[in-house]
Amino acid sequence: MTILNLLFIVFLGILFFIAYFHISNYLLDSYGGKSIKTYNFENSVRVVVFIAPAFIVLFVFILYPVFETIRLSFYDKFGREFVGLYNYKWAVNDPEFRRSILNNLVWLLVVPTLSTFFGLVIANLADRIWWGSIAKSIIFMPMAISFVGAGVIWKFIYEYRGPDNTQIGLLNSIIVSLGYEPQAWLTIPIWNNFFLMAIMIWIQTGLALVIFSAALRSIPKEMLEAARIDGASEFKIFFSIIIPYLEQTILVIWTLITIIVLRIFDIIFAMTNGEWQTGVLANLMYDWMFRGGGDSGRGSVLAIVIMIGVIPILAWNLYKHRQEQKI
Amino acid sequence: MKKISLSSILSQLLLLFFVIIWIIPTFGLFISSLRDKDLLAISGWWTSLTTTEINEIYRMSGMEAQVEEDGYFKIKGKLFEANSGKKIESFGINSKKINEFKIGDIAIFKDESEVIVDEDGNYEWRSKTEFTKKKGKRLFTTSLSPPSFTLENYKEVLFKEGIGRAFINTMAVALPSTLIPLIICSFFAYSLTWMRFFGRDTLLAIIIASLVVPLQMSLIPILTIYNDFGALFGVAAKSYPGVWMAHTGFGLASTTFLLRNFLKSLPNEMMEAAKVDGASHYDIFLRIIIPLSIPAFASIFILQFLWCWNDLLVGLVFLDQVPSEIILTAKLKELLGSRGENWEILTTGAFVSMTVPLFIFFALQRYFIRGLVAGSVKG
Repeated sequence: MTILNLLFIVFLGILFFIAYFHISNYLLDSYGGKSIKTYNFENSVRVVVFIAPAFIVLFVFILYPVFETIRLSFYDKFGREFVGLYNYKWAVNDPEFRRSILNNLVWLLVVPTLSTFFGLVIANLADRIWWGSIAKSIIFMPMAISFVGAGVIWKFIYEYRGPDNTQIGLLNSIIVSLGYEPQAWLTIPIWNNFFLMAIMIWIQTGLALVIFSAALRSIPKEMLEAARIDGASEFKIFFSIIIPYLEQTILVIWTLITIIVLRIFDIIFAMTNGEWQTGVLANLMYDWMFRGGGDSGRGSVLAIVIMIGVIPILAWNLYKHRQEQKI
Repeated sequence: MKKISLSSILSQLLLLFFVIIWIIPTFGLFISSLRDKDLLAISGWWTSLTTTEINEIYRMSGMEAQVEEDGYFKIKGKLFEANSGKKIESFGINSKKINEFKIGDIAIFKDESEVIVDEDGNYEWRSKTEFTKKKGKRLFTTSLSPPSFTLENYKEVLFKEGIGRAFINTMAVALPSTLIPLIICSFFAYSLTWMRFFGRDTLLAIIIASLVVPLQMSLIPILTIYNDFGALFGVAAKSYPGVWMAHTGFGLASTTFLLRNFLKSLPNEMMEAAKVDGASHYDIFLRIIIPLSIPAFASIFILQFLWCWNDLLVGLVFLDQVPSEIILTAKLKELLGSRGENWEILTTGAFVSMTVPLFIFFALQRYFIRGLVAGSVKG
């Protein structure tokens, strides 16, 4: 496809949706509004016109797939024959699956916790320093770049050359200058997971940081002033006032990053492709979507395991929504 | 008067420490993308910031290059390109004594041939007898290399490695994938906020539930739908419109949710007044809602655009990995596999892929942050 063709279909694609809304509403406007009866009819048609595209997309891309994935998890690799719990049994006994779920759990424990912690500490530091906003910008910047881009950046940091060569990776260069042997960081099982997590923490801390920065402004200045006058140290203020005050925000950020980490795929796919025991569920699922011509049963089981991880958060969100509706 | 206390200095230092840790990886990538690719392969990027001493080994040309001149057989040549900025300090002919000779000295080999080298890397190797070896002898040089940067890698990556085309492809994926959800969700959010109809609350609850559904749940069924659709109508199963709609689907819940939260904050009286004046919902939408929502649109546009631009999985699953369809992130991943040792290509490619996000980041940071903060209210 030439670039010109591409430009044309991009234009056409966007125009299609604008035209749909404009033409249908234009027709309705010129038709309705004369009497109560037509007014009501016009209104119900208008609701359909407004909702239809989004609803169809929601149905096709989210609602139907959720049920279809659940169905497929009980079927064979082509989705044709019912096999009961076979795929689930396979998963429980598969060492790769166990490894992935363990890795995922460690990711879920480490990344949201450390990102939230660093975000909170940095937000608190930057709040009181005149060049704080520049610092925040810099720490926030990794949020803008892709996981793959971040992967390249960090692969360069972790780059390994044999002990006889000059190290061009920053980490090994530091290690060598301290007198140790250079290491191929990404191939050391167990530890390599933490080197991958460092990348995610590097990215997500920025997210925590900006949200905390906004939240810090909601803490009454008088309260902090009073504590300072009473001689409380900054350390004490941080743990006794700021953390309790931001409890809700901490929870929100922690869940937000948890959701992101649960579907983590790109970093591992780009850096190790799940080798050296670094696989997580999303990578294993991608693998099974295409391995051996694709196995939709096993792939679906893996998707469902990821989904199970978000169900508590989903339920909590719905509960909070219900509460708000009542007010 | 402000007191400069110990704790203030400590917090400044601590913050500085974080900033340095956070900036160094990206900075290193950027510097590396501007370095000469041969130097990149043999020295760390931090060495390019100052004038550094580098030791290299070169091999002179063999017998084919010799000419007879003034009773000598001579081989002349260049050790490296003159424009690299390197200046040779000293050289040697033996790996044990690489600094044996200064510029201007004549080094004599065991076979009595002699060589002189100038600081720009030109050498003249001469002998009374004819050279008979195919391979020339080795020279060990110690040279000073000032910081020197080049855009050569960018030229190579953009035009030869297919990153340029991948950039355009990514734009063709990300732009509609951002605008389409924005268009359809603004109508959707409007009706969820300002129109009365049966099942509105249920729909809203579904949106909130969909917010956290991982996109992995949708991959297999949608891929099947696309394959069936392609087979039924005889078109390609993987196509740009397919990716746009997939991104629209995955971004729909969050876009609707953010827009609805914003619309809910607008005063009800304004809509009522407009309705009394005989304005239809579409009039209200065009004349009142759109102008008021520009800042909200900006935030959501940025979030969704960055998400689509940086996405790998959707582009990998719903597009063919061919030059006319491959996106930047997938291309980078491919290069990581096939050109894993060519850091000049990887660093430059990565930086090219980051240009648009970084531009958006620095130009529109305010809207970006506003969107993130608004989106986090419920998660």
